[in-house]
Amino acid sequence: MLVEADETMPVRTSDDVVRVRQAVRGRAVAAGFTLVDQTKIVTAASEIARNTVDYGGGGTLRIEVLRSGARRGVRLTFTDQGPGIPDLAKAMTDGYTSGNGLGLGMSGAKRLSNEFEVQSSPGQGTVVRLARWK
Amino acid sequence: MGEIPILKIGDCLLVSIQVDMHDRMAMALQDDLTERIVATKARGVMIDISALEIVDSFIGRMLNSIAAMSRVLDAVTVIVGMRPAVAITLVELGLELSGVQTALNVDRGLTMIRRIIDADEQADAGRGR
Repeated sequence: MLVEADETMPVRTSDDVVRVRQAVRGRAVAAGFTLVDQTKIVTAASEIARNTVDYGGGGTLRIEVLRSGARRGVRLTFTDQGPGIPDLAKAMTDGYTSGNGLGLGMSGAKRLSNEFEVQSSPGQGTVVRLARWK
Repeated sequence: MGEIPILKIGDCLLVSIQVDMHDRMAMALQDDLTERIVATKARGVMIDISALEIVDSFIGRMLNSIAAMSRVLDAVTVIVGMRPAVAITLVELGLELSGVQTALNVDRGLTMIRRIIDADEQADAGRGR
C-alpha cells in the first residue's frame, strides 16, 4: 500500500472542525472520490472531529491518501489524550450519548466508512481510525 | 464570527446558509431565528441549505430544534435545497429530520408554507376564531 499524501492538523476548536471538513474534502477530491463518497467521508470526519474537541479535550487528525493497486482511499486518524471512552460498545450504539448530541456520531461515522476502528481506555485517550475507498 | 442574515418577506423569514458553519454559529442562528419569529410575528420560516456541502448530526439537530421551536411559536419551518449527496449521506448517517418539512427549492418551499398557513387559518376560522 502506497501513501501518496500524509498531513497532520490540530483538532482543538470548533473552527478546527470546519478546517478538518475542508482539508478532508480537498484530499477526497484529489483522490478522485465521487461527490457522494466525498460527502460521506467529510460527514464522518466532522462527527469524529467534534467528538475529539468536545469529549477528548482536543487532539490531532492525520490524513493519508492511500493507493492499493488501482484503488485509492483516504484514511483519517483522530488522536486525543482525553479521558477515553469507558464503554466502547455502548459508545458505538445508535442513540447513546454522554453529552447533549443525538448519539449518532460514532455509529453514524462507522456506517459512512469502509474501515472503522476505535482504540480507547479510561485515562489513555482515544484513537479513531477510519478509511473510505473509491 | 460571521452572522447569518435573516430576511423578512411578508409574514415569512428566509435564511440562506452560505457558509460552512462552525457549531457556535449554528447555535447563534437558532437563537437569532427564535427571537426574530417573535419580534416579526412570522408564520413561516424557510431555511435554504443549497450551499451546504454536508449536514452532520449537529447541524441536523439544529434544523430539528429550529423546526420544533418555531412550531411552539406558531410558525412553520420548511428546509429547501438539500443537495442529493447530502440527502444520501444523511440517511446512511441515521439522521431523521422527522419534525422538519422539506421542499426541493425556494419556490416550492414558499408555496408549501403558504398552503400550511392558509389551511391553519381556515381551521381557525372554522372554529370561530
